[in-house]
Amino acid sequence: MTDTLLDVENLWVKFPTRSGVFDAVRGISFTLGRERLGIVGESGSGKSMTGRAILRLIRPPGKIEADRLVMTGTDVLKASEKQMRSLRGHHASMIMQDPKFSLNPVMTVGQQITEALMTHEKVSTRVARQKALEMLDAVAIRNPERVLDLYPHEVSGGMGQRIMIAMMLIPDPEILIADEPTSALDVSVQLQVLEIMNKLVSDRGMGLIFISHDLNLVSNFCDRIVIMYAGRIVEVCEAGRLHEAQHPYTRGLLNAVPNLQSPRDRLEVLKRDPAWREAPSVSARL
Amino acid sequence: MSAIEINDLNVWFGEGPDRNDAVKHVSFSVPEGESFGLVGESGSGKSTVLRAITGLVPTWQGGIHVQGRPLGRKRDKTFYKNVQMVFQDPYASLHPRMTVDQVLSEALQLHGFKEIDSRIETLLRDVGLGPGFRFRYPHQLSGGQRQRVAIARALAPEPKILLLDEPTSALDVSVQAEILNLLTDLRAERHLTYVMVSHDLGVVGHMCGQVAVMQHGEIVEELGVADMRQLKAEHDYTQHLLDSSLRSIR
Repeated sequence: MTDTLLDVENLWVKFPTRSGVFDAVRGISFTLGRERLGIVGESGSGKSMTGRAILRLIRPPGKIEADRLVMTGTDVLKASEKQMRSLRGHHASMIMQDPKFSLNPVMTVGQQITEALMTHEKVSTRVARQKALEMLDAVAIRNPERVLDLYPHEVSGGMGQRIMIAMMLIPDPEILIADEPTSALDVSVQLQVLEIMNKLVSDRGMGLIFISHDLNLVSNFCDRIVIMYAGRIVEVCEAGRLHEAQHPYTRGLLNAVPNLQSPRDRLEVLKRDPAWREAPSVSARL
Repeated sequence: MSAIEINDLNVWFGEGPDRNDAVKHVSFSVPEGESFGLVGESGSGKSTVLRAITGLVPTWQGGIHVQGRPLGRKRDKTFYKNVQMVFQDPYASLHPRMTVDQVLSEALQLHGFKEIDSRIETLLRDVGLGPGFRFRYPHQLSGGQRQRVAIARALAPEPKILLLDEPTSALDVSVQAEILNLLTDLRAERHLTYVMVSHDLGVVGHMCGQVAVMQHGEIVEELGVADMRQLKAEHDYTQHLLDSSLRSIR
């Protein structure tokens, strides 16, 4: 299938520790087409490690193992560091959680965005600046001329995250990995940022991997949802049919959220069943 | 009698041309045993109101009454025995080189309690942690467990009023549910009064009876939770918050 942007089979992420090997991700399989795929789970479920493993961003001594990890035709496991650098950004980019920590504090916004473009394309500074302006406009930043010359500490969190999106999309990648892109933002800004991201991703026909702990939020912005627990996939479902989800863990996550319109005296608390940890991973390959 | 009554509170930072008015003419009162919510986005001044009550910002003007007594520039020991605060980030609010035991015994000693040993055990049990957690350091605890320790520390002097500054925003939804249930139980058992700051209307709607919405340092609307559920907000900004909150669930 030519439309498979990412093909992952039996992916493991392992960290050797003094007391043996810790498996953060334990043999998961999924594919990504030109669709929006959500990966949901609690902290420690391995969802962020999955996102990083795809771009081979796991630092030693951590190790990535897989039967198959192919991104847009390139075998990520066999690629050289040089090939990886062109893969990252050009084919797939990643938006991290907190703009405060992912923007370079001593470079202006403009320098950072044009750097992202000029690493991957031979363009003049002037053209790069022009493109950066267009990109900032696309992420709904008013007065982009002014913002280009600002430093990251001079912009708000929501604006910072939109700048990150602009920077990640300017080399025109085919895959966008968003790791909790809005959890550092306020509710009202959150939706605005997600809507911008969503629009750009669908306009460009990209594949999106949206990593979050918020199941309800993900179901609004994704086509398919993968639910992870303890490094494995426990359930895969269509976003529209999330409420038909069967796994008790998925149900627990859904019910743990306080809902304004259907008040309850007590919130449901997850009762973790040790059997979930041992159950084999569900495949999310299409 | 109101547990907390605030009249025309102003808080500012900086002087002269740099002066930034963080809280402007805020008034509200919280009856004893009630739970009051303050919502708004970052920078709206909601946390600053709590910090002004506890005395963490010196530059404020207006009237703050706690249990009928007006607060001056300095807070006395009885104030801190009655009013305690739980902070947003359990990763930052616990001393990294103090064990749970040291954190709790320090709080107990400061307020002159005897039988510290048995009190620590009770406190840990009350917040749902076993005695096995007593000699751990913060890095040996998960986020939810740390927040439980922070709540135990706040409960140590047996306060009547708890100020909660986004107590669950750094936690996963599943852990958030556990902490919110714990807070609900503690309020019922100990007849506590809560003032809770949050940007999550779902959380505030679950925990509080009365809610004030803040924008740019001012309270734009105060409404009961029943009205909020029926989306009977009068101010545009409240309506906007409700809309975004409803759209992010479901």
